[in-house]
Amino acid sequence: MAGSAPARSDFVLKARVMEPDDVKRALTRVAHEIVERNKGTDDLVIVGIRTRGAPLADRIAAEIASFEGVDLPSGALDVTLYRDDVALKGPRSLEATTVPADLDGRVVVLVDDVLFTGRTIRAAFDAVLDMGRPRAIRLAVLVDRGHRELPIRADHVGKNLPTSAEEIVQVLVAEIDGEDAVLIGKKR
Amino acid sequence: MIEHLLSMDQLSREDITEILDTAESLRQMTDRPIKKLPTLRGRTVCNLFYEASTRTRISFELAAKRLSADVINFSADSKSSVSKGESLKDTAWTLEAMGVDAIVVRHGSSGAPHQLAGWVKAKVINAGDGAHEHPTQALLDLFSIREHFKDLSGLKVAIVGDILHSRVARSNVKGLVTMGADVILVGPPTLIPKQAEGWGAKLVYDLDSVIEDVDVCYLLRVQRERLSEQLFPSLREYSAMWGLDKRRMDRMKDDALVMHPGPMNRGVEIAADVSESSRSIILDQVSNGLAVRMSLLYLMLGGRDEIEEAS
Repeated sequence: MAGSAPARSDFVLKARVMEPDDVKRALTRVAHEIVERNKGTDDLVIVGIRTRGAPLADRIAAEIASFEGVDLPSGALDVTLYRDDVALKGPRSLEATTVPADLDGRVVVLVDDVLFTGRTIRAAFDAVLDMGRPRAIRLAVLVDRGHRELPIRADHVGKNLPTSAEEIVQVLVAEIDGEDAVLIGKKR
Repeated sequence: MIEHLLSMDQLSREDITEILDTAESLRQMTDRPIKKLPTLRGRTVCNLFYEASTRTRISFELAAKRLSADVINFSADSKSSVSKGESLKDTAWTLEAMGVDAIVVRHGSSGAPHQLAGWVKAKVINAGDGAHEHPTQALLDLFSIREHFKDLSGLKVAIVGDILHSRVARSNVKGLVTMGADVILVGPPTLIPKQAEGWGAKLVYDLDSVIEDVDVCYLLRVQRERLSEQLFPSLREYSAMWGLDKRRMDRMKDDALVMHPGPMNRGVEIAADVSESSRSIILDQVSNGLAVRMSLLYLMLGGRDEIEEAS
C-alpha cells in the first residue's frame, strides 16, 4: 500500500480529491494508455499489488477486455516477504499471491493504488523476478503523491497529487472499502 | 507473537490460526521454481540437537534457508564440545556470544528448552524435549488435518499408542483441545498416564470400540526400548490390540484419515499397506512441516523486539 494507508481511526480528513466518477475515468484512461504503449495487448499480464492494487488491476483488465475484446491474464501479488522493512515493522499477515504461472517473455504491468517512496515497487520487482523473466515490467498507479526514496517512476498515472511528506493519502476502493475515493488528510 | 515457543499451552486459538494461515500462504511460495524468499536475510538460526532427528532437523534447516536465514547445525555428538563435558548453559552462552537470533533445540530432558530460554536473548523454539512437548509437530499435524476437514472443531481424533512417553501426544492433545476437537487417547492402560484425564481428552483402552467413529486415527511410534520395561507383553500382542492393519482400517469412516509422526515401525503400530493407503497423509505431514516451520520463523523472527508497531 505504498506506506500510505494507516488505520482509519487516526486519520483526519482534509479533502476528498477524487470521487467515484474521477476514479473510474482515470482507470479507463490508464487502461487505454497501457494498450497504446504496448501497441496492442500481446504478452500483457496485469498484476495488482495487495491490498488495494489487486481490485484496481482486476478493473483495468476488465476495462481492456471491454474495448479490446481480449481477456488478459491478471493476478495479485503480496510483496510482504520481499519488503525491506520486515525487521523494522515486524511480521504482517500474508495474503495469497495469484499470478499466472508463466511470466517469461511477458510484459508485466504492476498496478498499485499510491506511488509514494517506491519501496513497495522495489519489493514487487524482486517478487516478480523470482517468478520468471518478463520481457518488461511497467507500473500503473492511481495516484502519484511524490516523495520517492528510490529512483522509480510510474509509466501510467491516474492522478498526480502534490503532497507534503506529513500528509496521508488514502485510496478507497469499492471492493474493500465500500466506495471509490481518494482522500487527503493528516495523522491525528 | 510469542517470544519463545516452548509449549502448546502458550498458543491461543487465534495464535494457532494465524500460524496455520501464514503457513498456507508460504506453502504457495514453495511451489515456485525459485523457492527462496529474502525475508530473514541477515538472521541466524541455530539447530541445537542433543537427540537424533532426521525430519525435524532437516525441516527446520530447510525452512530457515528458504527464508534466507543463515543456519548453523549443532549436534551433540563426538565432534562437539559436549563430548568434552560442556554444559547446556555454556553452549547457550557460546551461541549467544556468536549472535544467533533463534535456537531450535531438541533435548532428552523435559524442560531443557525452557531453561535455555532463561539464559539467552535469542528466541527459543522447542523441537522436542524429553517426554514433555513437541509443539511444531502438533502445529504441522493441525495444519494437515485442517487441510482435509477445513474446521477442526467437533472432529473426533484418536491418538493411539504410548501416550505416557510421547511428547507428540502431549502437544497434540493441547493443540487439538484448543482448536475444539474431541480427543480420544487409546492404548494399553500401562501406557496411558492417570493425569491424562485432566487434559480434556477421553481415555479408552480398546481401539476396536472407537475405530468406526473417529475422523482421524493418529498412531504413535512404539518405542521398542519400552519392551524391556514390560509395559506390554510383546510386539505381536501390541500389534493385534492397538496396531492399525488393513482389516481395522476398512472399518473407519469413508473420509477418515490415518496419521503418524514418523519414524514408523511398519508391522507394529501400522501395517505397511495402511501407511501407503489413500487414507494415509503421512507424507503430507512431512511436507506441511516445512511450511509450518517457515511460518513460525517468519512470525517469531520478522521484526525487532523493541518495536511493536502496527503497520
